Amino acid sequence: MAVKDYIRERFFPHMWCPGCGHGIVLNSMLRAIDALGLSKNEIVMVSGIGCSSRISGYVDFHSLHTLHGRALAFATGVKLSRPELNVIVPMGDGDALAIGGNHFIHAARRNIDLTAVVMNNRIYGMTGGQYSPLSGQGILATTAPYSNIDSDFDVVDLASAAGATFVARTTTYHARQITDLLKAAILHEGFSVVEVMSQCPTYFGRKNRLGSAVDMVERFKKITTPIGSKAKREHPELIERGIFVQKETTEYCSAYDDVIEKAMKGN
Amino acid sequence: MAKPKLKAHHIIREWCKGCGICVHFCPTNVLELDSEDKVTVARAQDCICCLQCELRCPDLAIEVETQTE
Repeated sequence: MAVKDYIRERFFPHMWCPGCGHGIVLNSMLRAIDALGLSKNEIVMVSGIGCSSRISGYVDFHSLHTLHGRALAFATGVKLSRPELNVIVPMGDGDALAIGGNHFIHAARRNIDLTAVVMNNRIYGMTGGQYSPLSGQGILATTAPYSNIDSDFDVVDLASAAGATFVARTTTYHARQITDLLKAAILHEGFSVVEVMSQCPTYFGRKNRLGSAVDMVERFKKITTPIGSKAKREHPELIERGIFVQKETTEYCSAYDDVIEKAMKGN
Repeated sequence: MAKPKLKAHHIIREWCKGCGICVHFCPTNVLELDSEDKVTVARAQDCICCLQCELRCPDLAIEVETQTE
């Protein structure tokens, strides 16, 4: 395995905090790309703003570091102009679903062939620990010192309802599963969403007394279960992991090619 | 398939931030953090090459090199 063939070593050690889950997502993502045998020249990584979005600077692919929440909009442009490229869009929870919430649902609705990776640590880490739309009720944050009253989105339900044709979830405890899901998501022709529950020991963990990075990773093992497991029936509060949606419908770029063909005939 | 056999642990000391994830998830307690909170191989002979440390390292700082017998 040559993970280091895919990174820009000059930027290491990276800027993420000790024990940050985003490093595990990067690690697992590189393994998925290596396993698929993709050339660096056929991958474009497009990200927005936030801790998670810094990932595009560390990978030795074509990379675009764009505006907060707008990564999917830029990625849509890249994909439409060069549909033969694999476009991967890593986003944080706030970037994807607060600032970029509208882009997220519409990319899903169009079923454009992008791989959206939601690195969900349930907090805005870079700016000092504000709550996000994925924090959920009862969570403590810099901006919710007496606990958060906002309900959270369920990324899987939201993406499925908006029309994403590949929807999956796992956690940083399940590193091999991140790799497997990303492989399937990259190969899928259509809009893929992979939510990876990730730990922010610095803000989310400390504020909510969840212990060290190790404790937070261990917790992901305890609070999740494979889809449809016996444990889920006995403990409905468990969060399911695995592939929730995998279906084929018309992909946006191919539909657009049809329009171009019609227009060129003069119809 | 033959079991993989340990060739060497490669650790990039400058990249390690000492989070202890590799130390905790090693099933055979091979790794330790040293006095500077950097990962070090304390019991290489116990390594079963499961890669749990390498796969979960957030800093890409550890690699387990194996050979198949």
